[in-house]
Amino acid sequence: MTQTPSQTIGPYFAYGLTPQQYGYDHNEICNSRLADASAEGEHIIIKGIVLDGKNQPVNDAMIELWQANSKGEFIQTKKDGFVSFGRCGTGTNHDNQFEFHTIKPSNSEGAPYINVIVFMRGILSHMYTRIYFSDEEQANNADSFLQQIETNRRHTLIANKLPGDDLNVYEFNINMQGQNETVFLDC
Amino acid sequence: MNKRDWKINPLFYPDYKSTVLRTPKQPLIPVKHSLNELTGPAYGTSVIGEFDHDLTKNGIKNSPPLGEKIVVAGKVLDDNGKAIPNTLVEIWQANAAGKYIHKADSHDAPLDPNFFGGGRVLTDKEGNYKFYTIKPGAYPWGNHENAWRPAHIHFSLFGDNICSRLVTQMYFPNDPLFKYDPIYQSVPEHARHLLVSDFSLDLTESGICLGYEFNIVLRGKNSTPFENQ
Ligand SMILES: [Fe+3]
Repeated sequence: MTQTPSQTIGPYFAYGLTPQQYGYDHNEICNSRLADASAEGEHIIIKGIVLDGKNQPVNDAMIELWQANSKGEFIQTKKDGFVSFGRCGTGTNHDNQFEFHTIKPSNSEGAPYINVIVFMRGILSHMYTRIYFSDEEQANNADSFLQQIETNRRHTLIANKLPGDDLNVYEFNINMQGQNETVFLDC
Repeated sequence: MNKRDWKINPLFYPDYKSTVLRTPKQPLIPVKHSLNELTGPAYGTSVIGEFDHDLTKNGIKNSPPLGEKIVVAGKVLDDNGKAIPNTLVEIWQANAAGKYIHKADSHDAPLDPNFFGGGRVLTDKEGNYKFYTIKPGAYPWGNHENAWRPAHIHFSLFGDNICSRLVTQMYFPNDPLFKYDPIYQSVPEHARHLLVSDFSLDLTESGICLGYEFNIVLRGKNSTPFENQ
């Protein structure tokens, strides 16, 4: 059977998909907090912006994450303070940032990474990418997937750990086009 | 997983002007799937509110919403033809006047105090879903002079794993705006009918609402066991 074609998420998804984040009176199925304080593992924050081909921040994108926990397990419904899935729109923060609270995943088959799904007005189909971590240099250098990416584009998949000592905060910006266009995947 | 059908999912479509600065220009990099991709979120009945399947009720403040009451139902299948049970279907739409409750919608049309426009259901054991709602109105947008979106309902689905994720739009049969809408036109002609619901007298409820059938096909597991065959 032929797959149903994708269509853009459009500019008005917020009250349907991320209602509480945007202040609508409807409960949401998930949010940007994958890990509560009680979750086991290394707690991290991932934040960033989505930039268009003119380097302008996109204020109507929706980012979804899917990742393993600190033991490499995938948790479909929140258990022991952790769930593998999160969602965040870029329209509620004045810098148009998304910000996720989660834990560093573990991956027995290579460098740890988080799957990212990107939606926005102006893309007809969602895009997949991955977040790897700047402080996993050794694992990244040995990772067979990362090694197949051209060296000058590899950095677009790596979240940079920001200086500071309280929490582990990583910056991961998504460039839709241009010199630093993010590597997107046929996932 | 069966491959994503890129023939029906073009990326760049300049008549839809926002694609020009937002669509990636580099080719997509193929990936080998691991557990990371072959798993995905799942939801149970706990996320479904009492009237989330009925948008004619879930926004009521004092009386039923205005407009033409409809029922939209169908099956969620994978591309091997297998039904997908217990998967979440999320929808959002404009009201009968073509106005979204979203704060950024600047269309000069009335909000309906009794209509929210968002809902969600799980498919049943046979992959069936059903929503009651109000037929959304067409609305103008800034893409080009006199641009109007044909009436549509936005759909978001998960399926078995993150690779089967789909966000799409359902249209109504014989809409005169189809030929002027670059978002609809971005899909190659042979696949456009897959976005259009069918009027169904079987789903139509006597004295209550008109019925529309909309089936959705997601990516399924690889149906050819040996890749080299
Ligand atoms: Fe719309």
